[in-house]
Amino acid sequence: MALIDLANPTRFLNLVARVLPLLAGAAAIAFAVGLYQALLVAPNDYQQGATVKIMFIHVPSAWLAMFCWGAMTIAALGTLVWRHPLADVAAKAAAPLGAAFTFLCLLTGSLWGRPMWGAYWVWDGRLTSVLVLFLMYLGVIALWRVVEDPSRAARAVAILTLVGAINLPIIKFSVDWWATLHQPASVLRLGGPTIHPSILVPLLVMALAFVLLFLTLHLAAMRNEILRRRVRTLRLLQARGA
Amino acid sequence: MNALAALLVRDMRLSVRLGGGAPIGVMFFLIVVTLFPFAVGADLGLLRRIGPAILWIGALLASLLALDRLFAADHEDGSLDVILMSRVPLELAVVVKALAHWLTTGLPLVIAAPVLALLLDLDPLATGAAALTLLVGTPALTFIGAIGAALAVTLRRGGLILAVLVLPLTIPILIFGVAATNTAIVGPVPFGAPFTILCGLTLMSLVVGPFAAAAALRHGME
Repeated sequence: MALIDLANPTRFLNLVARVLPLLAGAAAIAFAVGLYQALLVAPNDYQQGATVKIMFIHVPSAWLAMFCWGAMTIAALGTLVWRHPLADVAAKAAAPLGAAFTFLCLLTGSLWGRPMWGAYWVWDGRLTSVLVLFLMYLGVIALWRVVEDPSRAARAVAILTLVGAINLPIIKFSVDWWATLHQPASVLRLGGPTIHPSILVPLLVMALAFVLLFLTLHLAAMRNEILRRRVRTLRLLQARGA
Repeated sequence: MNALAALLVRDMRLSVRLGGGAPIGVMFFLIVVTLFPFAVGADLGLLRRIGPAILWIGALLASLLALDRLFAADHEDGSLDVILMSRVPLELAVVVKALAHWLTTGLPLVIAAPVLALLLDLDPLATGAAALTLLVGTPALTFIGAIGAALAVTLRRGGLILAVLVLPLTIPILIFGVAATNTAIVGPVPFGAPFTILCGLTLMSLVVGPFAAAAALRHGME
């Protein structure tokens, strides 16, 4: 089915109704396997002990935090360039999810940082840029809420999202520039991962679980948004007719 | 070209004659700088150490003050519609309006900064570095702020949302502005390294700002 066929909301809702249970089931299975491997199979770190297990939540959250903005950026192009009717629904549904994953990343990071660094928060480059990402998500959500007309809000948010996408390279750049306390990137780097496979495999399974969770929640949120807009339109018609 | 020059003159004249522009901004800057010793104590050594940061925070907040009027005033009296319909590219009109805004609100902050540096006991070198980084950095604040002003142009309570949208985007400029000033005072990196990045960020905002603001205006006014 081509992307253009999904421009019809009813067809999209039918597809969601069929796909959503499968996605939710796949996410549940991936989480079961991933958490089992992460908590029971993967070895403790010889220095960090059991606290290294936080990584299996922390790192996928961080990836998803950035991935969500990427998805919103593509949706923003969909709104401004291709004028796809569902692009702004996708963007609106992704924003709170991205904010939630970013918050989860910050929360688990600070819980991990307390025993490791001795502080819940340190002003290191990577932490700071994730905090900025969180603030940007909040700004996007705020802009969605203050503009009443959905299609006008969509175009304003799309522009803000594209401007914010310029922020993402600065996040990566900041890792090299300000890197002080935080360890440098160790999975996605030239020369292959420096993590032992016994930890890397559960981590990737958890990342897959997070992606499946995101897709499930995102499709459900898109469905809810479409239904919410239908209710809004019906209410407006009713008010006009009365 | 004539239309753009006329727009520049008009905006600057409006800003100077209506009041609430440069003098209030500089007053706000002075008040923010005055508040810091009350909060952190009158220790001159400490103030000298965090002086560049105080000046930058003050200038950042002061430059945000009048931003919500950048397009909103023109939207209310209808001249924004005229600008939108004219043959002048909207991006250039945004550049000119932001430039006029910077000349009337940003530049006075840069000029006031060395005077306020006296209050913080900064030595001449630090004062010069702070003024130079502010001279380079405040245009970036205005041009990034123009995006927020364009997004918030039709909103009734634009000022608050403007600050929430714009301030996160200005963080890199704040970081490198203060870093460049501090390296001029204490090192260890040469002043040129962060200062060049600050210049780069400013040039980037000069490009991105007008295009994004013009797009936001076009979509917002439809």
